[in-house]
Amino acid sequence: MTMQDETIVSAVISILVENESGVLARVIGLFSGRGYNIESLTVAPVEQSRHQSRINIVTSGTPQVIEQIKAQVGRLVPVYRVADLTQVGPHVAREMALVKVVSTGEARTEALRIAEAFRARAVDTTATSFVFELTGATDKLDSFIDLMRPLGLAEVSRTGVAAIIRGPRTI
Amino acid sequence: MNATPNLNDLKPNTHAHGADIVLSGAEVLLRVLVEQGVEVIFGYPGGAVLPIYDALFRQNAVRHILVRHEQAAVHAAEAYARSTGKVGVVLVTSGPGATNAVTGLVDALMDSIPVVCFTGQVGVPLIGTDAFQEADTTGITRQATKHNYLVKNPADLARVAHEAFHIARSGRPGPVVVDLPKNITVGPAPYAPASRAPHPSYRPRIEPEREAVVRAVAAMKRARRPLFYTGGGVINAGPQASEALGRLVRRTGFPCTSTLMGLGAYPTTDGQFLGMLGMHGTYEANLATHGCDVLVALGARFDDRVTGRLDAFSPDSFKIHADIEPSQINKIVQVDVPIVGDAGRVIEMMLEEWERQDGAPDPAALAQWWRQIEAWRGIRSLHFDQDMAPSAIIRPQHAVRRLYELAMETGRDTFVSTEVGQHQMWAAQHFQFDRPNRWLTSGGLGTMGYGLPAAVGAQIAHPDALVIDIAGEASTLMNIQELGTIAQYRLPVKIFILNNQYMGMVRQWQELLHGSRYSESYSAALPDFVRLAESFHAKGMRATCVGELDDVIRAMLAEPGAVVADICVAQDENCYPMIPSGAAHNQMLLGPEQEGEVKVSAEGRMLV
Repeated sequence: MTMQDETIVSAVISILVENESGVLARVIGLFSGRGYNIESLTVAPVEQSRHQSRINIVTSGTPQVIEQIKAQVGRLVPVYRVADLTQVGPHVAREMALVKVVSTGEARTEALRIAEAFRARAVDTTATSFVFELTGATDKLDSFIDLMRPLGLAEVSRTGVAAIIRGPRTI
Repeated sequence: MNATPNLNDLKPNTHAHGADIVLSGAEVLLRVLVEQGVEVIFGYPGGAVLPIYDALFRQNAVRHILVRHEQAAVHAAEAYARSTGKVGVVLVTSGPGATNAVTGLVDALMDSIPVVCFTGQVGVPLIGTDAFQEADTTGITRQATKHNYLVKNPADLARVAHEAFHIARSGRPGPVVVDLPKNITVGPAPYAPASRAPHPSYRPRIEPEREAVVRAVAAMKRARRPLFYTGGGVINAGPQASEALGRLVRRTGFPCTSTLMGLGAYPTTDGQFLGMLGMHGTYEANLATHGCDVLVALGARFDDRVTGRLDAFSPDSFKIHADIEPSQINKIVQVDVPIVGDAGRVIEMMLEEWERQDGAPDPAALAQWWRQIEAWRGIRSLHFDQDMAPSAIIRPQHAVRRLYELAMETGRDTFVSTEVGQHQMWAAQHFQFDRPNRWLTSGGLGTMGYGLPAAVGAQIAHPDALVIDIAGEASTLMNIQELGTIAQYRLPVKIFILNNQYMGMVRQWQELLHGSRYSESYSAALPDFVRLAESFHAKGMRATCVGELDDVIRAMLAEPGAVVADICVAQDENCYPMIPSGAAHNQMLLGPEQEGEVKVSAEGRMLV
């Protein structure tokens, strides 16, 4: 008998679904009903002509649980395809954050300097605040937000991860 | 010429100019039912489904069975489906009609039973306004069904209704809800025949991968201590799958055990059958599961009632698992050869490979394995001592045994439904099933109150058959109102109540795990079942001692109409053998004398 691997791994699951009412509720309900984690979730139509949407879910669990998630999601009637991008191989996973920093003086200058280093764009500027737009991998966004914390970090809005396989392959 | 279509003549191709006739949504729905081959639906009317009931009134192709509670409609449809292999169909109203049906839907989901349930809904403009008898039916039933639909556009009605049948019956079968707002069924809708095109996203895999079956059979040929472990998937794959299973088991010479759901796929009276496995399975089935070196699981899902303590489940075996549903594989137990496909196709392919591949299992090893199994059989784990003095108290196992023997004497095709609890396990242990589709029990969900409406569904499907609900007095009260349905349709159902005046299985667990503190498990203030039967126009009978038992069973079987037989059985009887929760297969309790010897672990107490 194969021994079960108990290590917890993170996985990016991409799901191509029929864009119909209730489909997101089906996927989310499955996760909550079976006790799977959702660390982030993005969803948007990707094929208007074919009424398809893509859901990207960052989750974690033992390899066995990740396999189960894939299989359980695959059972849902409006699901076309489901793939664990972490398993498929090299992939690009990006998210966007809007980060509001409220500060003046030295802290404000420092925030702007760090933003430049991170290639974050100031999309809104007032005398006392910035809203930075930053796109990148989750850990890059995390460190940017950490650095902003002592510099007047006031509010964060993040999109969650959108992901795609590198190279010519598709899910 | 009459402008309204003649609904008595709803056959799909009879309207040469069908496209010209404007049908209402309700009439379209009826046409879909006819095209899908539906003969019977189980339902209960209400405001939101009045247009459908009106369309039903004006036709004769589809028969409607009026139940007394919507939960019973679903259970009846489940039993209809399980005993015929067809899709069971339910029609209920919005709000409470739909919420009452939910238990039945989950029951069908857990046991993979094809059911299509049409629910009424308030008109589309009223949805979301907390209208009278409005409930978010698709929201509520999303996790209770294989799939569900809300029809908001009349143009979708026919397609969705056809698709619901396809999804319910194909792949791993299950319940499908179609929620029908009243304006959709009242207003005009176009009819469309069932599409032949494959579903865009739903494509269940039926045909197994040859390569996986080759590897499985190679392992079976090397086996020294093999075992087949078969489940409800074999039943769902149709009678030809059960027939093929019989050939495979006989051809290989391997022993075979079955889950509760799979009983009847392989004849339970055959020498190669070891009895049911799991919590209340036989000693030989569980010890064989524990000790086998190749375990061939066919259409079974390693339920916790089967596996017992997981880390001790069949520890030394090479595991082959065939299931139509990929999510069932490696869900509970990691297996060595996964096979995705229809159980019948897998079995046929195994038979082909068995002939094609050279070699055979070591006959000496197999003979030794059978000797070991015979030794375990010698324990006689289902044995009980019945005092045969006429005044002796009836032991429930004896009542089931006699029921089986006397029912067989009638030579009639016999269907057995059960409620849930001790009586269900005794029925599984002591009633024998040599054919599939004759054993109707709530396995996964364990729904008390299943058996009486299930007997209704089975009897409607098989009007001339002998249909028996083996019941407990507590469970049967949960849907006792269906005696009304039985009376209305003059169904000759036999309700055989093993009355011990306890929720017996609850009491048994309280005895084992909670210091015999029988908290709320006594069936107080019971009705007089004989008079209860009479008030519902059925025959009431009672046996209070061994001397009365056979006469009551014979009279029950001879009675042309419905019977409620109140069989007063030993109150303190517990169901053995038993694997206590959290224990392994080789730690079975064979009888009450061993109760004190086994300490249920703290972890075990937390398991259900």
